[in-house]
Amino acid sequence: MAYADVREYTHLTDEEVEAIGKELDDIRAEIEANRGQQDRDYVLRIITLQRRLAAAGRITLFASMFPPAWLLGTALLSSAKILENMEIGHNTMHGQWDWMNDPEIHSSNWEWDTTQPAEQWKHSHNYIHHQFTNVLGHDNDVGYGILRMSRDQKWTPYNLGQPIYNALLAMFFEYGVALHDLDIEAIRKGKKDPKLLKRQLKQIADKIGRQGLKDYVVYPALTGPAFFHTLTANFTSNIVRNVWAYMIIFCGHFPDGAVHFTEEELEDETRAEWYLRQMLGSANFEGGKLLHIMSGQLGYQIEHHLFPDLPSNRYAEISVKVRDICDRYNIPYTTGPLHRQYGQVLRTIMKLSLPNRRTKDNKPASPERERDRRRLDDSERPGRRSELGRWTTAASVG
Amino acid sequence: MLRNVRRVGKALTTPLHPDDYLSLINPLWSARELRGRVERVEPVTERAATLVIRPGWGWTFNHQPGQYIGIGVEVDGKFHWRSYSLSSTPVSSGGTVAITIKAMPEGFLSDHLVNGLEPGTIVRLAAPQGDFVLPDPPPKKMLFVVGGSGITPVMSMLRTLDRRGTIPDAVLAYSAADEHDMLFRDELRALHDSHPEFRLYERFTDADGILTPDQLDDVCPDWKDRVTWACGPAPMLDAMEEHYEEHDLREQLHIERFSLAASAGDAEGGVVTFGEGGPTVEVDGATTLLEAGESAGVNMLYGCRMGICHTCDVPLASGRVKDLRSGAEHDQPGQYIQTCVSVAATDCTLSI
Repeated sequence: MAYADVREYTHLTDEEVEAIGKELDDIRAEIEANRGQQDRDYVLRIITLQRRLAAAGRITLFASMFPPAWLLGTALLSSAKILENMEIGHNTMHGQWDWMNDPEIHSSNWEWDTTQPAEQWKHSHNYIHHQFTNVLGHDNDVGYGILRMSRDQKWTPYNLGQPIYNALLAMFFEYGVALHDLDIEAIRKGKKDPKLLKRQLKQIADKIGRQGLKDYVVYPALTGPAFFHTLTANFTSNIVRNVWAYMIIFCGHFPDGAVHFTEEELEDETRAEWYLRQMLGSANFEGGKLLHIMSGQLGYQIEHHLFPDLPSNRYAEISVKVRDICDRYNIPYTTGPLHRQYGQVLRTIMKLSLPNRRTKDNKPASPERERDRRRLDDSERPGRRSELGRWTTAASVG
Repeated sequence: MLRNVRRVGKALTTPLHPDDYLSLINPLWSARELRGRVERVEPVTERAATLVIRPGWGWTFNHQPGQYIGIGVEVDGKFHWRSYSLSSTPVSSGGTVAITIKAMPEGFLSDHLVNGLEPGTIVRLAAPQGDFVLPDPPPKKMLFVVGGSGITPVMSMLRTLDRRGTIPDAVLAYSAADEHDMLFRDELRALHDSHPEFRLYERFTDADGILTPDQLDDVCPDWKDRVTWACGPAPMLDAMEEHYEEHDLREQLHIERFSLAASAGDAEGGVVTFGEGGPTVEVDGATTLLEAGESAGVNMLYGCRMGICHTCDVPLASGRVKDLRSGAEHDQPGQYIQTCVSVAATDCTLSI
C-alpha cells in the first residue's frame, strides 16, 4: 500500500524524526568537509579506465569477423558503456564532482553515452524522481509510465501485457529513458506546450542521430568487410548496457520493503521527513566492490537518495552510519543480494499485471481510494531542493 | 581541413571529444580546455618565482605585452584560479610562456604556486586578456609607475622593446619594500645601463616611504608629457588615478587592477532563481549572482571571480542583471552573463 504520512508509518515522534534529520545533516557536513584529492583521484581513475575500455573495445572490433574478437570487443564495449552511464555519467550529472571546480567533469556540461539528452535527464531524474521519490502521481519513475508497480495504481486490461512490456523496456531501456522527460501522458491529453515539445523532440532526435551514426554507421564502416559483425557487436553492447541499467534501476525502488507514498505526504514535508521518505522508498543490494562500481554505487541506493550530490565513492562508508541510524531508531533498511532483490521486482511486475483481487499483497491492504493519478507539471510541484543538482533549460528557454 | 578531421573525430567519440582520448596519451593534447605543463620554477627573490609553462593545444602565442592569463591549479582535488601578468615576451622562445608570482603572506594559492609546484604539473590556463598593453609603435615618451609584483606586465613590455632593439624615452619608477624584494632587479639594472634612453628609479618603501603621486615632479619632472602605465597595490592606483584626474590627464594614464573594484552597487537587487523551479534567494544589489548561488547551495562553476575567465558564465532566462564593472545591464533571455561580476537589477532567473 501507499502511505500518506511517513511519520505515521515509522511510529517515530516528531523529535525523533528531527534528530534523525540532524544526524544525516551531520554526515553530509562531514563528507563535504573532507572531500579531496583521494576522491578526485578515484573519479579520474574510473574515467581513464572507462576510456581505455572503450578504445580497446572499438579497436578489437576491427577483427569482429573472428568470433573470439567479436566476443571480447563486445564485452569491452559493454563494460565501457555501463561504466560511463552508471558510475560516471549519472553521478557527474548529479553534481557529485562539481566541488572540484573542473569544467571537464561538471554537471553543467556533462553529456553521456546514451540516447537521453543530459539536459532532459537532469530535469526528469535529478528533480522529479529524486525530490518526489515514490510519491504516486509525482514520481514518474514508478513504472516509467509503462508498468504498474504499486497496488495503488489503477489496473486496466493493458496491464495484462506487463511481462512483455517489461522485457521490451529492459532491452530498449535507453529509448524509454530518452522519451522520459517528454511526459507522454501530457502530450496525449493535449496539455504539453507544443513549442517545448518540438524543441525536446529535436534534442532527442539529434542525440539519437549522433549515437546511432557512431555505433551503427561510422564504426561498422571503418571496419570495412566486417561491417555487419561490428554492427551486431555494437548493437549487442547497447542491449547489454540497457538490460544492466534497467535491472540496477528497478532494484532501487521496487523490491519488497521499499514503500510508496501518496500525495498527502508532500504536504508540509520537512527536510527530515524528506530524508525519511528517501530511506523508506529506496532499496540497496549487496555485493563486492566491482559490482558496486559497475552499478554506479546504486547498490547504495538509500545513501544515494539521501545525498544524491555527494561523491559516489563515499557511499560505502556512509552506509555504515545510515544503517546504524536505522538500527537505533528501528527503521527498515531494505537490502539483500542482487538476485533476490531483482526476483522480488519481477514478482511484483507479474503480480500487478493482474487486478488486485486476483493476487495477494504480503502487506496489509490500503483503503482503496479513487484519486487523480495524472502526472503533474512543474508549476504544480513544490520548489526544488538544492542538493538535487541542477539542470539547464535550453529547450525551455529557446 | 583540420575542422573536417575534428568533425570526423567527434563522430567517432561522441558524446565525448577526440581530445578526451588523446589527452590520455599526452595531457597537453587537448584543446577542450587550455592546459599547460609547468616546465621550470625559477626563483626570482626569496618569495617570488617565475613559472615557465608549456601550453598545450589551442594556445596561440600572440599576446600583447602587458596582458595577463588565468591559471587554474589543483589543490587537494579542487581547481583554484588566479590571474597573473605574463612576464615573457609575446613571441617566446621554445613555445613557453612565463608568469612571475610573489607569495603573498595570506595568499595560500600564491604560496603554493611559488613553493609547492613541481615541474611537470599540469595546470589549466585561460587565454591572454586585458587592455593594459603597449601599443605598437610605442609612444615616444613613457612613464611606468609600479609597486611590488605590479612590475610583471611592465617587464613584458620592456622585454618586448628590448627584443626589438630600442627602448624609447622611458622612465620606470619601481617601488619595493627593500632591495631584496625587488623583482627582476639585475635585469632592470642591466637594461638601465645598456639603454641610454631608459631610466630606472628604485624606491625602497621600508626606508623611504611610499611614492606619492605629488613626488612625481621630483622623480620624473616631465611626467605630464608622458603616457603612463601604473600597476600595483590598489591604494597606489587610487592615488594615481586621482592625481591624473586633478591635472586633467586621466586619458594619459593606463591602470591595471588585480582585484575587482566593486562599485557600491546601485542596482536594486531582487529574487534570483537558479533554474526554473530551482532554489531562490533574495539578494541586494551588491551581492554577485555567483555568491547568491553559492549561498543557496547551488554548485556554481567559477574561475577567477573577477570577471576575467568566463568560467562562471551562465545564460539568463529572464529578468535584468547588471555588470558591476561597467554598469552595463543585460536583459536578453539566453544571453550569457558573468555571474562573478554581475548583480541582480530586478528579480531574475538563471538557466542552470
